[in-house]
Amino acid sequence: MASKKKKKELTGIEEILESSRRDFLKKVGIVGAASVAGGAAVYSGYRFEKAKKNEETVKVLTEDNRLVEIPRDQMKDYKPDLKVLQTRGREGIPGRRWVMVIDLSKCRNARKCVSACQEAHHLRPYEYHINTLVMQESVSTPEYFMPKPCQHCDNPPCVSVCPVDATYKRQDGIVLIDNERCIGCRFCMAACPYSARMFHWREPVAAVQDQESEYDVELNVPQKKGTISKCLFSADRLRDGILPYCVSACPNGVFYFGDENENAVTNGTTKETVNLKELLEQNGGYRLMAELGTKPRVYYLPPKNRIFEFEKGPETEYKEIT
Amino acid sequence: MPGSVFSSEKYREKLDSISADVLKNVGISKGFIIWMGILFAALAVCIYAYSLQLKTGLGVTGLRDVTSWGMYIANFVFFVATSLVGMLISCVLGLSGAKWVKPISRIAEIIAVAFAAVAGLVIISDMGRPDRLPYVFIFGRVQSPILWDVSVVTTYFVLSLLLWFFPMIPDLAAAKDKLQGQPKFLSKAYELLSFRWNHNEMQYKIMAQGVRILLILIIPTAFAIHTVTSWLFAVTPRAGWDSTIFGPYFISGAFVSGTAAVIIAMYFYRKSYNLSKYLTDSHFDKIGKVFILVSLLYIYFNINEFLVPGYKLKTADAIHLGELFTGEYAFLFWGIQIFGLIIPVFLMLFRSIRKPLPMLLISIVMLAAAWLKRYIIVVPPQAHPYLPVQNVPVEWVVYKPTVIESLVTLASILLVLIIVTLLSKLFPVIPMWELAEEEAEKVLKET
Repeated sequence: MASKKKKKELTGIEEILESSRRDFLKKVGIVGAASVAGGAAVYSGYRFEKAKKNEETVKVLTEDNRLVEIPRDQMKDYKPDLKVLQTRGREGIPGRRWVMVIDLSKCRNARKCVSACQEAHHLRPYEYHINTLVMQESVSTPEYFMPKPCQHCDNPPCVSVCPVDATYKRQDGIVLIDNERCIGCRFCMAACPYSARMFHWREPVAAVQDQESEYDVELNVPQKKGTISKCLFSADRLRDGILPYCVSACPNGVFYFGDENENAVTNGTTKETVNLKELLEQNGGYRLMAELGTKPRVYYLPPKNRIFEFEKGPETEYKEIT
Repeated sequence: MPGSVFSSEKYREKLDSISADVLKNVGISKGFIIWMGILFAALAVCIYAYSLQLKTGLGVTGLRDVTSWGMYIANFVFFVATSLVGMLISCVLGLSGAKWVKPISRIAEIIAVAFAAVAGLVIISDMGRPDRLPYVFIFGRVQSPILWDVSVVTTYFVLSLLLWFFPMIPDLAAAKDKLQGQPKFLSKAYELLSFRWNHNEMQYKIMAQGVRILLILIIPTAFAIHTVTSWLFAVTPRAGWDSTIFGPYFISGAFVSGTAAVIIAMYFYRKSYNLSKYLTDSHFDKIGKVFILVSLLYIYFNINEFLVPGYKLKTADAIHLGELFTGEYAFLFWGIQIFGLIIPVFLMLFRSIRKPLPMLLISIVMLAAAWLKRYIIVVPPQAHPYLPVQNVPVEWVVYKPTVIESLVTLASILLVLIIVTLLSKLFPVIPMWELAEEEAEKVLKET
């Protein structure tokens, strides 16, 4: 009897517990059902979206000139690897003969060409692919400024003497340097009459920052310790159809750049395109130290009729950064 | 072949008596160990200096974009030059029948081997990327004079090594049982290297032919190594290097520095190995005459090299020659020409000067001058390129060799001393059998 009574009492408590449990389960059920429904909705939406994407295609022109269609979601940004960069960097751009014309009558030593170049190629302020020099032929003739990039000679002494084919002449006229190949003998520096080449005597200034990037022989970045560097006519920009760094940076219209085959050069400042032969003919174009037989691809127009005073400006002191 | 010298009793007798003299000083002695200890300790310091260069880059040297070839390249030229003397003494004089060069021919070969071997290392120390040395062989381009240099220097080294070793085989065979108080490995090595030589007639005949082929082969190779080395400069358009007589100019200079090195080696071998019986005063007298001849030849080429452009004074040449004659390098230039060439030649004209000690002193001065001459051939032409040097730190404009650079250069000289000591101390430095042959022949003729 006592046990029955007890049971009854217990039942009372159980009832309370039972009701709260049912309540709990009910709530769980609702939440669960809701999440399943939600999940299903998200999933079906995802499938729908996926199906829709798959249907969307893009037309792409392949390297061998075929127009093909591929699903948009399968498109990837193209990043050439070292091998591709090296191969195309050695071949050059077919059909082109790059040429530069420097009008000395316009150069006011703004040195914007120098800084744009150094920024693009990760160089120190005193490491030059292009340098502007104060020139004077003799004491009786006036001084003038002369930007001096690599002359990209058609008979390059540097290329002749290189023992390992690290520096080479491309079909589009550019002389490049492959710093993955260079052994650092500096024979090319000894052979260059234009002092156009520089050497990385220490770790390059952006060595740490460039650690991860793929080496592009047309930009010569990352620069490497113990190898040569030099002006590349901005081969990387030419590939994209853009004027070289120095040419675009000049505020004074000193540089013309273009293709000898087209007989046309474009001024980097005014963006005006002119006839190359006429430009050279009408302005007495010449090449540096033509008597050496190096056949440069850079032409100079003499510093005549200058519309400004020759001002050297304050001397900058360059300190070696170690 | 009855009656031949090599089978005669007299030859054996002479060989025994000569080898007794020569072998007395062969082997490991206390002095040798101390001397080598000093050399290696100094070398360790220099190797540490080189490790700094490897770590930081060539920036630890005084080299910069304007003067990008300096002490290392000058030292390389000096080493190739000095090694050429092997060809002069053994081949040119030997083949022309000058008998007196016999006792010094092996010394000349030791100098050739040591300097040619180290020249290869010197050029590596100048490389920005020495780890890429194999590229020269993998990607080598035939039109680069560096390729020519690498191939001929290697060939010359191998030929010189053969010419040193090959005629030494009979000596090793004769000496293998006579080494006293020396570690076993030395006589074992002699036995191995003498290739079971038993002084038989046929063996001598084959060797005579082999040596003759080597002597002839070495002449064009030696001319090639230094001509090509001179072309490293002459193929560039720089004033001071742009010269058509650089090949013979370098070769004649090479004979001067090489002869000086041989005389210095002769003096010290004679002194420390008690060889005055074999390296006599007459040898110093005769090589002194050779020295006069080659120095006059070098003076002749110097006149051509400096007078002709100095007469015309083309713009760039004028700047370069101005630096040498009256400018920054005038002190060095005239010092080298007068005290390192003209005065020594004048002094050596006197018989009393062509004695061991005065010859040693003259040779040391001329060898030092020869080194400095390479320095002023390599460095000054770069200081004034065609276009002005502007907008660079002051270190770029003026080349000053640093301590690290000098230590790495010193390492090459220490290495030569180590090789020269090893080759002369562990092996007989006098060609014993050749002298025995000569003496036996003399005796046989008299009887």
